[in-house]
Amino acid sequence: MTLAVVTPYTVPVGMMDALQITILILVAVGATAVVLIRERVRQVLALSVYGVLLAVLFLAFQAPDVTLSELTVGAVALPIILLLTLAKIRKREE
Amino acid sequence: MTPTQRRWIFLAGAFGLVAFYLWGLSGLPGFGDYPGPYGFIINRIAVGQTNATGVVSTVNFDYRGFDTVGEEFILFAAAAGVATVLRRLRDERDRPATDEAAGRDVATTSSAVRMVALLFTGPVVVMGWWLASHAQTNPSGGFQGGVILATAFILIYLSGEFLVFKRFSPVDLTDVVEAVGAGGFAAIGVSAVAMGLPYLKDFLPLGTVPGAVSSSGTIALISFFVGLEVAAAFILIIGELLEQTLLIRQGAN
Repeated sequence: MTLAVVTPYTVPVGMMDALQITILILVAVGATAVVLIRERVRQVLALSVYGVLLAVLFLAFQAPDVTLSELTVGAVALPIILLLTLAKIRKREE
Repeated sequence: MTPTQRRWIFLAGAFGLVAFYLWGLSGLPGFGDYPGPYGFIINRIAVGQTNATGVVSTVNFDYRGFDTVGEEFILFAAAAGVATVLRRLRDERDRPATDEAAGRDVATTSSAVRMVALLFTGPVVVMGWWLASHAQTNPSGGFQGGVILATAFILIYLSGEFLVFKRFSPVDLTDVVEAVGAGGFAAIGVSAVAMGLPYLKDFLPLGTVPGAVSSSGTIALISFFVGLEVAAAFILIIGELLEQTLLIRQGAN
């Protein structure tokens, strides 16, 4: 089933493809960066940025509901929990 | 086991994984190709059946509401688990949150951070509330709204002291709100059963205008309860972690 409805928000097909390919590459780069960064606090911050990238990816693939979930959990809640845990561990190590 | 043997076992496993993975990929539908039929059916009938234009929420809170009850209680159990694991143990002691002893290298919050946190607290509350109460009209929902509401309390912590955070979110109150949220969702389902309807069947008036805030019957109500539950669960989890980090020390007094 294909819908060929032209709305004021319709963009050329090629432009959407370019956007999707760009964000896919950015997500791959972001994921690699999260794995490669070894310093823990920086890794968490990179993870947070990666969460934002994933959210943009979901938006570019027309899933705004998942975008919101990914933003709240991936970019906010998970990094906060990890940072607090790191703070606790660091105090115990001293 | 020698390293060589270990490597061969790894290679065999890796080869098997890659083979199965490629086999699985080859059976997937093409990019953007949806074989259906459920998505097409839902797209056609959802708005007419429920008067809700946020069809993803319609699926989450109505057609597959039973699944969402399960997810709700996963988060509920997770918060309970965190509270249990992070409780004060017998050989740990509380440290006053405001001690100013010399040698304590706690960085004071910069005024820039305080200012930004204070500026954002109000808008964040509004946005979380808006998301939690508009599941029936557009992409949003109780889960996202709840997490954002909890973020407002983290901003309060950032803009002030841990004690202010505790005053705004006392554990007893947060516990009650979480229980009301989780119980409310389940109770809506049971109410339908009490009326002789299937569990979680939408029994409230659907409103007349599709996409109006007052439309969709139980979908909006469930989203509201989910928002309460999620916000309280995240505040509890963050609060427990903050308490662990800032207050609890090993060793008796």
